[in-house]
Amino acid sequence: MNKKMLSLPYLFWCAVFIIIPLCMVVYYGLTDKTGAFTLANIAAIATAEHAKALWFSLLLSFAGTVICLLLAYPLAMILSGMKVSQHSFIVLIFILPMWMNFLLRTMAWETLLEKNGIINTILHFLHLPALNIINTPSAIILGMVYNFLPFMVLPIYNALTKIDNNVVNAARDLGAGSFQTFSRIIFPLSLPGVISGITMVFVPALTTFVISTLLGGSKILLIGNVIEQEFTQTGNWHLGSGLSIVLMIFILINMVLSAVFDKDGEGATL
Amino acid sequence: MKNAARRIYIALIFIFMYAPIATLGVLSFNASKSRAKWGGFTVKWYVSLFENEEIMRALWNTLSIALISSLVATVVGTISCIAIQSMKKKGRAIVMGVTNIPMLNADIVTGISLMLLFIVLGIRLGFFTILLSHITFNIPYVILSVMPRMKQLNPSVYEAALDLGASHVQAFFKVIFPDILPGVLSGFLMAFTMSLDDFIITYFTKGPGIDTLSTKIYTEVRKGIKPEMYALSTIIFVVVLVLLFLVNRTPKDKPAK
Repeated sequence: MNKKMLSLPYLFWCAVFIIIPLCMVVYYGLTDKTGAFTLANIAAIATAEHAKALWFSLLLSFAGTVICLLLAYPLAMILSGMKVSQHSFIVLIFILPMWMNFLLRTMAWETLLEKNGIINTILHFLHLPALNIINTPSAIILGMVYNFLPFMVLPIYNALTKIDNNVVNAARDLGAGSFQTFSRIIFPLSLPGVISGITMVFVPALTTFVISTLLGGSKILLIGNVIEQEFTQTGNWHLGSGLSIVLMIFILINMVLSAVFDKDGEGATL
Repeated sequence: MKNAARRIYIALIFIFMYAPIATLGVLSFNASKSRAKWGGFTVKWYVSLFENEEIMRALWNTLSIALISSLVATVVGTISCIAIQSMKKKGRAIVMGVTNIPMLNADIVTGISLMLLFIVLGIRLGFFTILLSHITFNIPYVILSVMPRMKQLNPSVYEAALDLGASHVQAFFKVIFPDILPGVLSGFLMAFTMSLDDFIITYFTKGPGIDTLSTKIYTEVRKGIKPEMYALSTIIFVVVLVLLFLVNRTPKDKPAK
C-alpha cells in the first residue's frame, strides 16, 4: 500500500471544505446580484460607516494584542522558569476555562464590571474611584485580552521551554549581564512563539463580533458586526463577502509575516 | 522578594482568568433571576435544569457534535500525518499551509465560507452541516499535535518491524502508534474542547430549529440568560476539572516506557 494514498481523504476534505468555500467567498465578493463582475463590494469598505468600523476594529485589536503580549511574556518567563513536573499541567490551566462556555464567561465580565457590580463594590470598599468601563471600548479590549490571553501565553511558553539552558549559560560565561542575555539570547530565540502568539490573538480580536455585542452594549460596531449583520439580517451576501475579502487581506498580511519569522511552522502548535 | 513578586503576578493572572468562572458558579446558586442581585442561596436551578427539555436537547447536540467531530478528526488527522510525513518537502509545505488556514483564518470567514458552500450545494443547514464544519476546524488541531511526535520517530524502527515480518497495519499499531499516542490523545482533547467552546462557526452553519449550548446562550443574551445555564456550565466545569486531575495523576505512578 502506498503511503501517499493515505493522504487522499484529507486532501479531498481540504479541497471541499477549505479551498472551495474560500473561493466562494471571493466569488460572491467580486460579483453583484446578477452575477456580473464588480469591485463595488470591496470598495464599500471606504464608505464612512464601514471604514470607521474597520479602523475601530484595527485599533481595539491592536491594543488588545499589545496588552496580551505585555501580560503574557513575563508570565511565560516565570512559568518556564518553574520546575513543573508536568509540562501539560501549565497548558491545562489555560485550556481549562474554555470548558465553561465562551459566551457565558464573557457575559460574566458584564456582571463583574457593572456599575454596582462586584469590582466596583470592592473598589468602593477600598475607597478607590469606581471603574465605569462597561459598554465602552475599554470593556471590549478587556474582553479580548481575557478571551485570547491563553493563545499568547502558550506559544511563548512553548518557545521558552525549548531554549537550551546551555546556550543561556554560555552567554553568562561569556560575560553577558541579565539584560544582555535576555535581549540577545532569550528574546530572539522565543520570537517564533511571540509571532505565532500575535497571530493567534490579533486575528480573532480583529474579526470578533461577539465580544463587542456582549461588552460594547451594541452601540459599538466592529467590522465583524458589520459582516455578521450583512449575512444574518440584511441578507446581502455579496457585500458581506466583499468586506470579508478585505478582512482576509489583513489576515494574509499577518500570515505572511508569521511565515517569514517562523519557518518551521512549529510555533503554531499549542 | 523577587520570588514573591512572581507569585503575586501569577496569582493576579489566575484571578483574572478564573474570576468570571467563579462568578458564574456563584450565579448558579443565586435565587434571584437577575444577574445583578443576590437573592439568597438555592439549588433549584440544578433541579429544574434537568426538566428543561430545550437545554437538555442543546446539551445533547453540543456533546454529540463535539464527540463525533473530534473522533473523526482524530482518525483523519492521524492518518494524514503518516501521509504528510512520507511526502516530499514541497508537498509537505503545501499541505501544512492548507492545514493552517482554518487555524489562522478568522472564524467568521470560515463560518461564512462554509455556510455559502452548504447553501450553494443545497445541503440543508442543521446538525449535519455543523458536524462537517466542526470536523473541518478540528483536523488541524490533531495534525499539529500529532506531527511533532511523528517527527521524533525513528523511521528504522518501523522498517525493522516490517523486516521482522509485521504487516504495515501491524507495524503501525505495534510500533508507531504507542509512540504517537500522547500526541493523538492531546489532539483529540484539544479538538473536543474547541468544538465544545465554538460559537461563531456553529452560528453560521446551523439551521433554524437546532441549537447547541453556545447558540442557545447567544439567543438568550437579550432576553436574559436562564439561570439553569449557569448551573449546567458549572456542572460541566467541575466534572472536567475532576476528570482532568484524575487523568493527570495516574501516569505518574506508571514507570516510563
